[in-house]
Amino acid sequence: MSEEKAIELKGVTKYFGDTAANDHVDLALNKGEILAVLGENGSGKTTLMNMISGIYFPDKGHIYVHGNEVSIGSPKDAFNLGIGMVHQHFKLINVMSALENIVLGIDPPEGGFNLQKIRDEIIRLSEDYGFEIDPDKKIYNMSVSEKQTVEIIKVLYRGADILILDEPTAVLTPQESDKLFNVLRGMKEHGHSIIIITHKLNEVLDISDRVTVLRKGKNAGTALTKDMTVDLLTEMMVGEKITLDIERTSPVNPSKRMVVEDLTVMNGEGIPALKHVTFEARSGEILGVAGISGSGQKELLESIAGLAAPENGNIRFYSDKGEEKDRNDTSIAFVPEDRLGMGLVASMNVTDNVMLRSYNEGKGRFVERKKPFELAKKIIKALSVVIPDMSIRISSLSGGNVQKILLGREISQKPDVLLVAYPTRGLDINSSFTIYNELNEQKKNGVCVICVIEDLDVLLDISDRIIVLSGGRLSGTEDARSSNKERIGRLMTGLEAEK
Amino acid sequence: MNSEKKKIKAPAFHVEKREGISFRKACAIRATAVVLSLIVCAIVIVLITGQNPLEVYGGIIDGAVGTSRRFWVTVRETVILLLIAVGLVPVFRMKFWNIGAEGQILMGATASAALMIYIKDSIPNFLLILIIMIGGMVVGMLWAFIPAFFKANYNTNETLFTLMMNYIAMQIVNCLIVIWENPVGSNTVGIINGATKAGWFPSIFGNAYALNIIITLVATVCISVYMKMDKHGYEIDVVGAGTRTALYAGINVKKVICRTMMLSGALCGLAGSVIVSGASHTISTSTAGGRGFTAIIVAWMSKFNPIAMLAISAFLSFMQQGAIQIASQFGLNENASDIITGILLFFLIGCEFFINYRMERTDRGDTEDKAS
Repeated sequence: MSEEKAIELKGVTKYFGDTAANDHVDLALNKGEILAVLGENGSGKTTLMNMISGIYFPDKGHIYVHGNEVSIGSPKDAFNLGIGMVHQHFKLINVMSALENIVLGIDPPEGGFNLQKIRDEIIRLSEDYGFEIDPDKKIYNMSVSEKQTVEIIKVLYRGADILILDEPTAVLTPQESDKLFNVLRGMKEHGHSIIIITHKLNEVLDISDRVTVLRKGKNAGTALTKDMTVDLLTEMMVGEKITLDIERTSPVNPSKRMVVEDLTVMNGEGIPALKHVTFEARSGEILGVAGISGSGQKELLESIAGLAAPENGNIRFYSDKGEEKDRNDTSIAFVPEDRLGMGLVASMNVTDNVMLRSYNEGKGRFVERKKPFELAKKIIKALSVVIPDMSIRISSLSGGNVQKILLGREISQKPDVLLVAYPTRGLDINSSFTIYNELNEQKKNGVCVICVIEDLDVLLDISDRIIVLSGGRLSGTEDARSSNKERIGRLMTGLEAEK
Repeated sequence: MNSEKKKIKAPAFHVEKREGISFRKACAIRATAVVLSLIVCAIVIVLITGQNPLEVYGGIIDGAVGTSRRFWVTVRETVILLLIAVGLVPVFRMKFWNIGAEGQILMGATASAALMIYIKDSIPNFLLILIIMIGGMVVGMLWAFIPAFFKANYNTNETLFTLMMNYIAMQIVNCLIVIWENPVGSNTVGIINGATKAGWFPSIFGNAYALNIIITLVATVCISVYMKMDKHGYEIDVVGAGTRTALYAGINVKKVICRTMMLSGALCGLAGSVIVSGASHTISTSTAGGRGFTAIIVAWMSKFNPIAMLAISAFLSFMQQGAIQIASQFGLNENASDIITGILLFFLIGCEFFINYRMERTDRGDTEDKAS
């Protein structure tokens, strides 16, 4: 393997506000290799690639392309350096044909474009690499996979020899993914250097030569793919094992509280994100939900909370006596993944946020702010929230304090079912412990807690039972006390189910 | 490492969002903006007209508040502008981009004119005025409901929709002018009920514009209370923050959109009534006179604070009235004052950027890296 480097990053740092999206990241892409950049959501993969492709400018650090230090100030600069990026969200113009989209943005030569020549060249390119494309088809008539092909050809046509693909398989079926991977291998043979961003472990093992893992904006390590296994990658991705010093009590008289039957839910794009999922959740226990992000966790919680209408199947709730009862008689608390964009109103103060779910309860025209204010004070005290002033907008609090307010409010409605998504993502260790303790407290009170946590160690330590989602399907139900990380990891990737 | 290392050109400055700014610093930035804009205006005045800028400024002041009559006209214009801006507050807090106030005013004005023309002095004046105000509100409300309904149910673009409704309103007025023409052949409606003054706002304590002022003040207080304390006001803010949050909070987003837009339309319609019954006593396609757009600036620049809205309405009306004066005094046309107002607004709105963001020198971090 040639040791010459196509791209090298040294100490690249990017801040958004006070948070470092990338913190002194070093990364190297060798010529003619496929490098996988692996990391959980929010680990800084896309930000890093956006700096290579000229969308963001790094706050600190150096970028070398083919050994020369460069400054990439715009996508045009990147393109001139032979770097092409295929974004997760396509940047194509719907009403134009593939051909027109490919030409778009290239300075026309004197006398204008010779479209027939370009058409031939596109067809030649697609034959070389094994694409299938109709250059005159309009984008709006294309499937997702065809659109992606157009994006890749666009980049190749412009002569890019370094390709960056941001989660290219997120929108593809397994068959389409296989096809894409064959194309990528073909491009590698033609001497292209490729970075593929992904959080799917089996893809890393399948396609890449080397893998760099990002964790919390930092480079957590680089390795040759042939030395890696799913388990090793998982460990690199989720980090050191944190021992939770939380006493896990046995569930007290668990009884059936909620039954999910054959549930299918569509995501925003109308693609099924959750497929025929069936499980039971009990009172007084914590049911963990494991899965690679985007496996249907969001849709599962939102449909239980009544925010997303199921396509198929149903969700039944039960009283302590085991009688079925209506959703409206069941108190469902929900701590969503998007705290400030869904669970809270970023621009409002704590009191106004605390009354978000209950403002309409009192009689009369006017909002009653006295009780929410008292409740806010109570939450602040109980969960030791640090707040300089009750009147400041909630978005100026730290992530941990924001989450405590959100959880505190949801718990205050004395729920029958408590749904929490990534409750400690981005939180420091102390805040995390406060949250975990509170979840345990709820369990003791007989609440049915359903909890999505990406950190498998934590999930195994806090849950009583774990359901595993893989590609929207339920791939297993585990007893958290007897299962282990490796087993869950294999269920997450769907490897176990095939055996 | 590389002998032919190219010179790195990084942007010298980058922009960063401020976490917060002290009230004093914000005021200082705004004051600087006003001073700068007056200097630029002065240069423009000298370059274009060759007049002494101080004299032109003096003319503006004279035209706006020079005599008692001029002063009260400025007040009249101020309260109308304020009333419209107040009407726009709820929809803009909801992040609903209603730029159709112009049409809503015009429709309210049309309803008022129709009531004045057809009812005349057949009923007591106070009753007629009450009917006119209600009529203006109802028609403005219905006019605003149309784009709201389509936004709520079909997610149409409210900006285009409300804008186009303005032109429809204008053509309706054009048609009605043909019917209501007085005297025949003038192609205008003329002063309605000039002899009987039926439907005209009465003088209170000898002031012809007292009712205008009272209506506006009542509306301003009501909307402030509505936004701050009413459950509806809270719902509007949540919907404005994002429909996902609103859905999560169990708010019926469609209902809130329609209700809020109707409220807004009603107030703009009422402003139309005030213009017709309380000021012009006639109707034409220019009855709204661009106030529906100016009020957008008033509402956003003041960040929906009622006191600030009053101040900005007064400032803009002051400039407007001053313009009429300098137009005749210096033989300029009225666009001269539009230029001055434009420059002032440019600086005032532009300085908000420096209040929300700060410029930072780019730090490439080389020194720090070596140290660590």
